[in-house]
Amino acid sequence: MPDADTQVVLVDGCRTPFRRAGTDYADLISYDLARSVLKGISVRNALDVTQVDAVIMGSVIQNPSTSNIARDAALAAGFPNTVVAYTLTMACISSSRAIADGMNLIKSGQAEIVIAGGVEMLSDVPIGFKKEVRKKFFEARKYSSPLQYARFLKGLRSSDLLPRAPEIAEYSTGEAMGESADKLAAGFGVSREAQDAFALRSHQLAARATQDGKLVPEICPIAVPPSFKALRDDNTIRTDTSMERLSKLAPAFVKPFGTVTAGNSSPLTDGAAATLLMSEDRALELGYQPKAILREQVFVAQDPNEELLLGPAYAVPTVLDRLGLSFTDLEVIEVHEAFAGQVLAVLAALESETFAREKLARTSKVADIELDRVNRWGGSISLGHPFGATGARLMTTATNRLWAEDGHFALVTSCAAGGLGYATIVERYGA
Amino acid sequence: MSDLVLEIQDGVAVVWLDTADSRVNTVTRTMIDDLATTLNRIESESELKGAVLISRKAKNFLAGADIRLFEEFRSKQEVHATIRRGQALLNRLESLKKPVVAAIHGACMGGGLELALACHYRLASLDRSTKFALPEVKLGLLPGFGGTQRLPRLIGLQRGLELILSGKNVFPYPARKMGLVDALIHHQGLLTAAKRAVLELAEGRLKRVKRARLTLSELLLERTPLANLVYSKAVETVQQETRGHYPAPGKIIEAVRTGMEKGVEAGLIAEATHFAELVFTLESKALIHLFFAKNAAEKSPYKGLAHRIDVMGVLGAGFMGSGIAHVSAQRGFDVLLKDRSLDLAAQGKGNLYRELTRRVGKGMTRFERDQIAERVSLVETDTSLRGAGLIIEVVPENLELKRQVLRDVEAVASSELVFASNTSALPIEAIARDAVHPGRVLGMHYFSPVSKMPLLEIVKAEKTEDRALATAVEVGLKQGKTVIIVNDSPGFYTTRVLSFMSFEVFQLLKEGADAKVIDQAMVDFGFPVGPITLADEVGLDVGAEITSFFKEAFTGRVVDDDTSKRLVEAGYKGRKSGRGFYRYRDGRKLKEIDTSIYRFFGGKDRKGVATEEIQERLSMIMINEAVRCFQEGVITSPRDGDVGAVFGLGFPPFLGGPFWHIDQLGARVVVGAMERLAQERGERFKPTALLTEMAEEGKSFYPT
Repeated sequence: MPDADTQVVLVDGCRTPFRRAGTDYADLISYDLARSVLKGISVRNALDVTQVDAVIMGSVIQNPSTSNIARDAALAAGFPNTVVAYTLTMACISSSRAIADGMNLIKSGQAEIVIAGGVEMLSDVPIGFKKEVRKKFFEARKYSSPLQYARFLKGLRSSDLLPRAPEIAEYSTGEAMGESADKLAAGFGVSREAQDAFALRSHQLAARATQDGKLVPEICPIAVPPSFKALRDDNTIRTDTSMERLSKLAPAFVKPFGTVTAGNSSPLTDGAAATLLMSEDRALELGYQPKAILREQVFVAQDPNEELLLGPAYAVPTVLDRLGLSFTDLEVIEVHEAFAGQVLAVLAALESETFAREKLARTSKVADIELDRVNRWGGSISLGHPFGATGARLMTTATNRLWAEDGHFALVTSCAAGGLGYATIVERYGA
Repeated sequence: MSDLVLEIQDGVAVVWLDTADSRVNTVTRTMIDDLATTLNRIESESELKGAVLISRKAKNFLAGADIRLFEEFRSKQEVHATIRRGQALLNRLESLKKPVVAAIHGACMGGGLELALACHYRLASLDRSTKFALPEVKLGLLPGFGGTQRLPRLIGLQRGLELILSGKNVFPYPARKMGLVDALIHHQGLLTAAKRAVLELAEGRLKRVKRARLTLSELLLERTPLANLVYSKAVETVQQETRGHYPAPGKIIEAVRTGMEKGVEAGLIAEATHFAELVFTLESKALIHLFFAKNAAEKSPYKGLAHRIDVMGVLGAGFMGSGIAHVSAQRGFDVLLKDRSLDLAAQGKGNLYRELTRRVGKGMTRFERDQIAERVSLVETDTSLRGAGLIIEVVPENLELKRQVLRDVEAVASSELVFASNTSALPIEAIARDAVHPGRVLGMHYFSPVSKMPLLEIVKAEKTEDRALATAVEVGLKQGKTVIIVNDSPGFYTTRVLSFMSFEVFQLLKEGADAKVIDQAMVDFGFPVGPITLADEVGLDVGAEITSFFKEAFTGRVVDDDTSKRLVEAGYKGRKSGRGFYRYRDGRKLKEIDTSIYRFFGGKDRKGVATEEIQERLSMIMINEAVRCFQEGVITSPRDGDVGAVFGLGFPPFLGGPFWHIDQLGARVVVGAMERLAQERGERFKPTALLTEMAEEGKSFYPT
């Protein structure tokens, strides 16, 4: 029965170690990682998987043979046939959407236990052909004589047959995402130095958090073929980087005068993450100690041309208003770091009176940012950004930080391709 | 009761195979009689276009003849006549003017396959349970209802011979490929398709498949005088593999050859004649004994008492530990795998993953591999084991270490936890000394490599509760193991019998026997590997530990002048150290003995011990020790003793196990031999009391 008072709690969250694309996970396909994280979160919570109502996974660049990866991975991870599983895609907030769906299912009484997460394997993107060639392949299925095959080649240049990888670019505008970030940073007057400094900060914080064992609770160790070496941390963190090194990198997208470089962007990453969500009653009944209450979530959409990565600047004030909270109430802030320039632009927008007046129809700015509250254990630039998994990682980290820092409310916010944006507020359980 | 039920559907006789009061269909007298009548009806009723043979049982087409059928026969003539009648019936089926289609779902074995082979068309379901085999050879027999004739004609001489000689299973896709079946379909559509096949065959629209498509080289080799090569090669291989101990394979080759060279009828007569001879051989009787003994060891004596286990822990991820994790995960258990470090546990998982991967494409899909491998989770702390209902420790054979592991686990485990030690010799009682719940501690002794060796020796200590025992048995059976339950004592049953044999091997070496001759002698005797090779594989250090342990446990019975200890001190630890009885290069065993090891056994000069003496001394020592274990109550039945020795130690199957072997030789003969050996070679050969008693009273272990 739907019950307006049903609280949705996060019991646990975990992820695989995040590894640079093409490194330790190079022999896998995405469902291998998805399976591993589903099994990992079940085993470490001694969860009776027959009790799970749904498994929801986010994924962006899909392997065509496992397009409903949630289902394939859940079956392989030993979930019973009767557990519903689906996959959704919403760019870099895919697993945030998965969590939101899980929350809605529980709130509306349709489910009591949901695993929501996501996965991305940028080591194994589907390589395709251009449309003309694909059309010919389709026609070739009916060929029966060698002569007909000759027709296949007619009108084709050999270069047409070159396979091509999908681009990380906006379909509607044709703009590479790095280009948009470059544009956005420039628009808010974010300098190259500021971006490099933010990237350095991200790496340093992630390195320290790793060293201090802060990330241990969120990582499920994994051992994968061919080496079966036990992996327990991320290989995305550049412990040896410096302002000097960062400043030497050439712009990656807007050449030669742009400011976004490989050094101040998030790297191509493989990884999976999952959260275990339950209704509060069910969690307590099963003897779990919930970590957080999922309070409110907001999804927004902006013009992909002008404000592709500015979604958080719109979503954050909305989610605060809904709960009647102000920015100062947020002890823990986790912002997705697609690009340092994008994060700094978003923060600048939140601190801008003009932006508040012109874009948000507010009388005053949303926030005064205390950077110390933001991404204290590193972010996507240093920990990596497996598109479909990042949302679940942010949620997990925010929750763990609430406990480690004795905070009350945490904000998680993220931009996403398509001009989409997201913000959510969680409350430490029992706070 | 009738075992065949005929229904008329769409002008087709649908003949349901349905053995009364049985879970599976078997060839019974009733069924044979029913088949004859059924054929009459099909032939005479003009509105019937043909027939479909199909099973009413869930996952079983026809499992072949009931083995017990042959136990009733008293003479070769009787068997011969019965076989000939069966053959004639199948000949009639084959020559029927109306088409008969075998619609096969589930196991189609032995006589069941021979029935299908006599049909005009074979349609099989794609179900996992569908498989074909002529397994008679495993019972020391040959297929007697035309299998040796029709199979090679259908799928080719070489492939046909291979299937009959190995008795192995063929699954639907390969069966289609080799021409054993004509078409495949999902189980759901089997009957409808079979009826359609009958009608189309009757109207001549569907071509009957006459014979397999052979490659050019196969045609050359099989359809010309060159076929001689195939037969001589087969004879050679059989001789090499059986060492002349098993008569069936040779007879199979003869029957096939007779048929191919002199025609089907001559072949069928040869088949019947050989079958009648084989039924009465000691080898066949021993193999049939083992078949029943093994089946009995695959049922729990504690039905319903077991605690349900979903998650189990395995402590130790080495070769043995990962093997246990492998067979457990494969049968659906969730396994928590732990070792001293996460890296070691991960390597263990890697090993089982690689072993699984070798089977992908051979009856296992990638997805199934993933599913099995994912059931094995790596854990780092004892607290992570709290969800496990059963924990099996596979840590090194050190009493203190095992006690410590048990203490650590008990501190965090669920209150129902059953703790099993995989020790091969240490008393369970000693391991459980400080346990909070000694009633839930027992032994689960697996054999290496776990995924291939069928035996599991479960050890019951005095305090072990039945519920814990029942749980272990249930897990073992689910893992696909053949289980014997033995009472706690040093070395239990298998290690004890093996060790006393090994002590005698050292004795032989000291007397000047050649190590390679010892190995060869025992392989010729019928063991799969010789005792010297085995010692190197197990590890001479492990042997040394057991020796010193047995010296204390069996005071006065172990003659050892510290040779085993000195071997280890000098670095001879067997294969793993690259130094043992055999020479090793890059971890690979070479064929020659490292003669430097002879300095521990009286020098390089080997004056030699006769093969017959080696065989007699080693087999008698084993047999005597096996009986002593029974006498002392370590094993509780001769059947367990036979199953344990054959499936755990490789005791020659054609002898049926030590107890069966004694019965065949007669206790008096055995005692006589032992007493002679005791006089010539020492007290250790003195027959054990029970054996002497049986000899005096003329008793046997099994009812005669």
